[in-house]
Amino acid sequence: MTHETEILAPPGRARRQAWVRIWPVLVSTLGLLILVVLALATGRFAVPLSDVIEILGARLLGLPARTDPAMQTVILQIRLPRVLAALVVGASLAAAGATYQGLFRNPLVSPDILGVSAGASLGAVLGIFLALPVGAIQGLAFAGGLTAVAAVYAVGAAVRGQDPVLTLVLAGVAIGAVLGSAIALLKVLADPYNQLPAITYWLLGSLASVNLGDVGAILPAIGLGLVPLVLLRWRMNLMGLGEEEARALGVETRVLRPVLIAAATLVTAASVSVTGVIGWIGLLVPHVARLLVGPDFRRLLPASLVLGAGYLLAVDLVARTIAPIEVPLGILTALIGAPFFLWLLASGRRGWA
Amino acid sequence: MLSVEDLAFGYGRRRIGAGVALTVEPGEVLCLLGPNGGGKTTLFKTLLGLLPPLGGRICLDGEDIGRWSRRRLAASLGYVPQAQSGFFPFRVRDVVLMGRASRLGVFASPGAADHVVAETVLQTLEIGHLADRVYTEISGGERQMVLIARALAGAPRIVVMDEPTASLDFGNQARVLGQIRRLSRAGITVILSTHDPDHAFLCADRVALLHEGRLLALGTPTATITPETLAHIYGVAVAVVPLPGHGHAVCAPLLPD
Repeated sequence: MTHETEILAPPGRARRQAWVRIWPVLVSTLGLLILVVLALATGRFAVPLSDVIEILGARLLGLPARTDPAMQTVILQIRLPRVLAALVVGASLAAAGATYQGLFRNPLVSPDILGVSAGASLGAVLGIFLALPVGAIQGLAFAGGLTAVAAVYAVGAAVRGQDPVLTLVLAGVAIGAVLGSAIALLKVLADPYNQLPAITYWLLGSLASVNLGDVGAILPAIGLGLVPLVLLRWRMNLMGLGEEEARALGVETRVLRPVLIAAATLVTAASVSVTGVIGWIGLLVPHVARLLVGPDFRRLLPASLVLGAGYLLAVDLVARTIAPIEVPLGILTALIGAPFFLWLLASGRRGWA
Repeated sequence: MLSVEDLAFGYGRRRIGAGVALTVEPGEVLCLLGPNGGGKTTLFKTLLGLLPPLGGRICLDGEDIGRWSRRRLAASLGYVPQAQSGFFPFRVRDVVLMGRASRLGVFASPGAADHVVAETVLQTLEIGHLADRVYTEISGGERQMVLIARALAGAPRIVVMDEPTASLDFGNQARVLGQIRRLSRAGITVILSTHDPDHAFLCADRVALLHEGRLLALGTPTATITPETLAHIYGVAVAVVPLPGHGHAVCAPLLPD
């Protein structure tokens, strides 16, 4: 294709290109909507799909509703917050993972590495240990995540003359180990009848106790974190070239890298603070997104957001329906994520294809 | 015009070279020749502003580039790194578009005009057929041309190439060297490093011999590439034989019996 055809593209082709751009948006939106309705209908108290749509219609569009109030309570008060939390948290963790992977050019990097999850966990576990109110636990989780990544970053910056990316990842592993041992210590010290089960349950991740207030409370932080990711979406591609090449091409990596890390960390810590540790999403989903839309962050970011939202919603649906008791999410995401990751390794893709 | 004045360079406190002084005119091809560990790559990184000078200064048209922003530096100085396999499977077109970063705002994405530039550069380098191929799946020689295209997409006045012919086959080496001559004719300054003195003869206006961090010689290829200088920097006996009818010489190492 010469540049003349690029400029003088016939209108038919332009329309085709617009269609090519729009159909993934339509398909993914429709897919998410179907999943949401399905998730709202499914549960111990089964609600017919038509009633779910009617209740949503009544709520969102002011249409008359003929469903019984108990059903409305189940849908709007119990399941809707949970569905919204799954969407928000899944999207956030996947977006953070895509960002970390691009920044560190490493398929192993995810919010779990870099100490973010461990730092947030320590904060929350400390909160549970000290029997603090829920709000304070979330605040501590948040502070813990940011502190951990700051520590990792400080170590990475202090060690010179080494591959900066490798240093950062190794620092994350080491600091994560220290945080893990602190968590283990708190578990040993915790009251075995009250606190220990709460801590263990939280560490396995769950959406069971999330209410609308929780979702509302983390939205500003997540929105704030997503803004730089969206604005810098094209520059993110250059960050993936590595420090030197990106700088040689005119990218101020020393400014952008900390900004992007802080943004992804904010998003992760906010998510972890309400749901506990839900591992593997930040690792798994960006890989799948890359397989579908390629490595360009301008497409990878929206794809990761949508897939992450849908994936966590689906996993949560399984978690609350597969057994008489609710299965903690972290167990399921690891059970699905780890074999998939091994398949990626074995198939020689290195996760980049 | 690029001028380097009494430049000392290295990593942190570790000084690798010093006392480097040279000027490069617009459209000139300067070839940096020297053994491994002689400081070629470190000198290049310093020229590109990726490493701060440990002494002396680097000026573009008389202005010290020490305080220039990355974007301003990149808009003047293009960089062609050694072609590696690449990490993410971007299409060639997208790789070339990345060269526009120095011409775009921080939050901007490349637009129609940038696509035209990338397309034009690909056509100029006669690799338009690669535009929709995946960068990680093309050959080493093709990657090297794509990286040259990426550097040119930023419309720099000076292009710095780190061993552009390394790990290329014979034909691709000649193609890259020919391209360097064409860039020079288009008024673009090229500074390259190479391991092969023959390549300096083929494409360079001037040669800088870098040995143990210092300039051993600076001048035309014929004046600088001699059996004596090559023996000195590489530690092996070399024959430099004029190639009849071509006005330059070829080099061959002489092995002891």
